[in-house]
Amino acid sequence: MMTLLVLLVIALGIIAVTQMARVYEITSKLRGKREEEISPADNRMNAKFMWIFCVLYYAFFFWLLYAYSDKLLPVSASEHGVVLDDLMYLNWVILFIMFFFTNTLLFYFAGKYYYKKDRVAKWYPHNNKLELAWTIAPALFLAVIVITGLKAWQDITAVAAPGTPEVELYGKQFDWTCRYPGKDGQLGATDFRLINDNNPLGIVTAASVAARLAELQTEKDATAKSIEAGYDHLPADALTKLEHHLGKVSRMMDRIVNLRTMMEQDIAANKEGSKYAAGSDDIVIKEFHLPVNEEVNLVLRSRDIIHSAFLPHFRAQMNLVPGQGTVLKMTPTITTDSMRDIMANPEFNYILMCNKICGASHYNMQMDLVIEKKGAYDAWVAEINKKPFEGAPAAELPAADGTVVSDSTVQIVKDSTAVAAVVTPAGH
Amino acid sequence: MGAHAHAAHADHGAAHHEHHHHEESFISKYVFSQDHKMISKQFLVTAIIMAVVAVMMSIFFRLQLAWPGEGFAITNFFLGDKWAPNGVLDSNMYLGLVTIHGTIMVFFVLTGGLSGTFANLLIPFQVGARDMASGFLNMLSYWFFLVSSVLMIASLFVEGGPASAGWTIYPPLSALPQAIPGSGTGMTLWLCSMAVFIVSALLGGLNYVVTVLNMRTKGMKMTRMPLTVWALLITAVLGILSFPVLLSAALLLLMDRGLGTSFYLSEIHIGGEALDNMGGSPILFQHLFWFLGHPEVYIVLLPALGITSEIIATNARKPIFGYRAMIGSILAIGFLSFIVWGHHMFVTGMNPFLGSVFVVTTLLIAIPSAVKVFNYITTLWKGNIVMTPAMLFSIGLVATFIAGGLTGIILADSALDIPVHDTYFVVAHFHIVMGMSAIFGMFAGIYHWFPRMYGKMMNTRMGYVHFWVTFICAFGVFFPMHFIGLAGAPRRYYDYTAFPMFDNVIDLNVVVTLFAITGALAQVIFIYNFFYSVFRGPAAVQNPWRSNTLEWTSPVKHMHGNWPGKIPEVYRWPYDYSKPGKAEDFVPQNVPHTDGEEESHG
Repeated sequence: MMTLLVLLVIALGIIAVTQMARVYEITSKLRGKREEEISPADNRMNAKFMWIFCVLYYAFFFWLLYAYSDKLLPVSASEHGVVLDDLMYLNWVILFIMFFFTNTLLFYFAGKYYYKKDRVAKWYPHNNKLELAWTIAPALFLAVIVITGLKAWQDITAVAAPGTPEVELYGKQFDWTCRYPGKDGQLGATDFRLINDNNPLGIVTAASVAARLAELQTEKDATAKSIEAGYDHLPADALTKLEHHLGKVSRMMDRIVNLRTMMEQDIAANKEGSKYAAGSDDIVIKEFHLPVNEEVNLVLRSRDIIHSAFLPHFRAQMNLVPGQGTVLKMTPTITTDSMRDIMANPEFNYILMCNKICGASHYNMQMDLVIEKKGAYDAWVAEINKKPFEGAPAAELPAADGTVVSDSTVQIVKDSTAVAAVVTPAGH
Repeated sequence: MGAHAHAAHADHGAAHHEHHHHEESFISKYVFSQDHKMISKQFLVTAIIMAVVAVMMSIFFRLQLAWPGEGFAITNFFLGDKWAPNGVLDSNMYLGLVTIHGTIMVFFVLTGGLSGTFANLLIPFQVGARDMASGFLNMLSYWFFLVSSVLMIASLFVEGGPASAGWTIYPPLSALPQAIPGSGTGMTLWLCSMAVFIVSALLGGLNYVVTVLNMRTKGMKMTRMPLTVWALLITAVLGILSFPVLLSAALLLLMDRGLGTSFYLSEIHIGGEALDNMGGSPILFQHLFWFLGHPEVYIVLLPALGITSEIIATNARKPIFGYRAMIGSILAIGFLSFIVWGHHMFVTGMNPFLGSVFVVTTLLIAIPSAVKVFNYITTLWKGNIVMTPAMLFSIGLVATFIAGGLTGIILADSALDIPVHDTYFVVAHFHIVMGMSAIFGMFAGIYHWFPRMYGKMMNTRMGYVHFWVTFICAFGVFFPMHFIGLAGAPRRYYDYTAFPMFDNVIDLNVVVTLFAITGALAQVIFIYNFFYSVFRGPAAVQNPWRSNTLEWTSPVKHMHGNWPGKIPEVYRWPYDYSKPGKAEDFVPQNVPHTDGEEESHG
């Protein structure tokens, strides 16, 4: 009923406007006025509107600045973010000058020089000096913007020093998983063909390869059996489908056997240093903690399609591209607790969100990030190190329960010496 | 060359003349027409219909963004129970609407509609040609456009819904139906539609270039061409060079989808199984896509800038300031637009050094753009401005070009791009600088050349209401989006309520939606004015705006060959407005110089 009323009002409004225009049209026809002859009154009215609009435009702009500029992102919680914020500020100053200068001229002239029959427009086809001036002036402004911008860009994207701690962020539709390197400090090799329920990230270890091969062998045998059993009575397309599947499983097994050979050779050559030997103590966990004031390399990997790891509070963003790894380097500078104080909001959490369209639940692909002091972080790592990838069945992996995460961090705040006791996730 | 072309022309014209006496059937006149004026009108009306569809889509998703999870009868009425149960927009359909809104606006309205309408109408008229170089190819260009429009609309009705991977259709999302239902039949139709669209754009573009280069009338030197023609020429060149790349990108994607190739796919585990594809790169698609995608921005924008250059000069009764600088900036923008595509890919993991190169090339574009803005402003200075609706929209274009252009400087700066990449800041930026500027240029063109197209006048008062409401709403919609973006809100999110951090700014979404609805309703006034005037508007005079260009020397009633006698000869540039020593404040291009009069140029 309400909607019907609204639609009715809208329809009436449109009819009213068009009828007014009709009336105007008919009266002007009677007066012999033609559409292309803009009357002095119309010229004056639109000219006045230009000035009024300009004032309203600026007022709207200042109102938005006044009402919202302190509701945007808080102070940057990363080292490079502070640089970016300063740079952004410098750019805004330059752009605001340009904005007000050009708009004021535009609307002032548009409102001032409206048509008058007795006036003649100034004949002014060109002026080389002026044109040169406003080619060079923007170029100078831009030089400042380019040089400062590229300096920051270079620092942000520079390769991290060797030995910088690595944490893997793994994205899939529609959630995030973290992988910590475990006691050896090195992330193990991965392969997407090894992914199954027990190995959601496809970590390569001798055991995971063997388990996956066994799993595929079972599948292969079962498929071969169905083909054999159904050879006489199954419809042709169902058989073809099964045969395709059989082919695919066999191909995958071949590739995994290749992988196993590669793994064995690499381990033989590099011993403990091999990335194939580094996986079994990795920790796969749906919690994301980082220490404050330490540079970290976030290694980004996607299981299915392109996602983007967006950390607005840290002014950091990088895509996750299937088939190729990407890296995001950053140094958090403010712990979650301190940020809660800054924002006077005890509920506050840093957040990681997906910022590349990835499907129906793209809008809710998020994970909290906890930044904590070195001691608390080390205690948390020590605790999760007790449940490495190999030796801890999937069912007993720490739960991805958001409330537990925040609870434990709240308690860390209160008594950091008792961290080890409270950080143990629920479910144990 | 000019004289040569002219001689050829005169023959052609004579031949046409005899031809002209045949009474044309309805089919050959209105349907399979090879006349540039009719084809231009066909493009325009098709684009208006497509625009209505795209605007309505935007209202549906704006309602969801302002009042997430609430049901709206209108949404349910148009989308049905499948996609809007109880009037609440489905999250897959949300992405579908966002995707098709972008696709239709960028390609069908602002490329097909804008270039198709005005290149067809103005190029033969303003260079003094009897028609396009090839009327037949020109007709095909429209029919391919129509077929692609129909395919795109048809994709809305298939099982699984329309393509919903964003208008940039990045694979693997767009390649794998397992990832999103819209990547099934909907995406196949999207790709087929775009392939047909590209054929249309190429046929049109080649015709425009050939016509401008070979069929100018006697005396129409390149440096005497109106800026509209310059802009449309460079636009056509950009299209010819960049659309084939999109076509190849689309074909490779079709192969990945249907034939099991791996151009864009590698190491993917989805829907519980590992795919066979190895060795491809999703980033390759982005390079190919944006190699078109960035020039596309200028394919959309340049015609609008050309149109407003012409309209501002005419209605300010002043020569355009810095005519040669304007041509130079069009050429510079056209050239630079081909070497900036990487600025869409700063956070894809692309080599940072390559990123730096794209920063420099992108920011260089700001220079010719600034020159254009200053030249527009100087043209207004001490002018004698006639406030026609077309002039208002042209001034509006300068305002949106400034507001949107400036934020582009932030986005072009790779370091500053990181925190705002893919947020509402980007949405605000490109809607203002590309969307609003181009659509304002298109409106300006329609109001200005309506008498030329239909021989009737549009209602000026309705034009005023249309302009002011649209202008205010344009800023009301897109200005607050900058703030939503600076708060870190990503684009293409169905709902923001899961993030407490956005609670502070998300009330702005209501403001935006209210302005969007008002702005959309203002377009009803325009559509009414347009169609009413086509049939019932007062008859137009030959040169209503007292303009200099050649199209106003042709009779009001359309005829094959455009001019009843000889094609007018051109003696001067098109901007002799308020020239000292002249009785009138305009001197058309076909008027010879008087004794001792100096030829003027910018």
